[in-house]
Amino acid sequence: MVVSIELSDAEVDRLFHALADATRRDILRRSVAGDLSVSRLAADYPMSFAAVQKHVAVLEQVGLVTKIRNGRELLVRSDPDTLRRARLALDQLEEAWRGRVERMAAVLDDE
Amino acid sequence: MQITVDKDLANATLTVETRFAHPIEKVWELFANPRKLERWWGPPTHPATVVRHELEPGGAVHYFMTDPEGNRYHGIWRVISVEAPARIVADDFFADEEGAPVEGMPTSHFEYTFEAVDGGTVLRCVSRYDTVEELQKTLDMGVEEGLRGAMSQMEPLLAEG
Repeated sequence: MVVSIELSDAEVDRLFHALADATRRDILRRSVAGDLSVSRLAADYPMSFAAVQKHVAVLEQVGLVTKIRNGRELLVRSDPDTLRRARLALDQLEEAWRGRVERMAAVLDDE
Repeated sequence: MQITVDKDLANATLTVETRFAHPIEKVWELFANPRKLERWWGPPTHPATVVRHELEPGGAVHYFMTDPEGNRYHGIWRVISVEAPARIVADDFFADEEGAPVEGMPTSHFEYTFEAVDGGTVLRCVSRYDTVEELQKTLDMGVEEGLRGAMSQMEPLLAEG
């Protein structure tokens, strides 16, 4: 319920698209501390700086990361709050299924 | 009983794997016998009633869940494939009281597989939504809230053994 109030369906869709790429997920993980620039991030991937910059842009569009100016550098920092809200949808589904499995066990044990 | 859950956020997919210390035929019956299916599909606050049960390719399993105020929420599985006692593939729709899928409501695609292991059974339930938008809509339905409420009422049942 909280999720639906804070994010529209279209926003969630874009969010999941942004997360559906291994490089972008890796960038997200590495950006938690917020101390890496795009060029520092790009140095670790077998792709061009422009390609990494594009990945960062996708993450930025959905609000998963923000760029923070630090002198001459632009540092990338992930937004854990947005990520948390996206996970909530799946968390609730998980709890529903845990309940079902528990009840299945109870029915089996009942015999 | 052990349970493993994999949440694949990017693909809007939930995989639940569990091992029961019961033979595969008994676990299969939880799905194949409508009276058993309705004992676990919905929580005690929203018990399920199965009104049509055609567990065969092209068949339909129509159920409704009743809330404490007596409101009924209908759903229907459109069965795609069945291999007893090993596998069920179906789509699960929100439905009207005639069992017709309701347009614009979230649809999940599920695959349940059963495997006999050392006298017990491993059950694997994969539920997938087409888009994150669809998954998102399930939150609006409040179904999960009801299911969650069931957890507390489950303890006495389990204690009965």
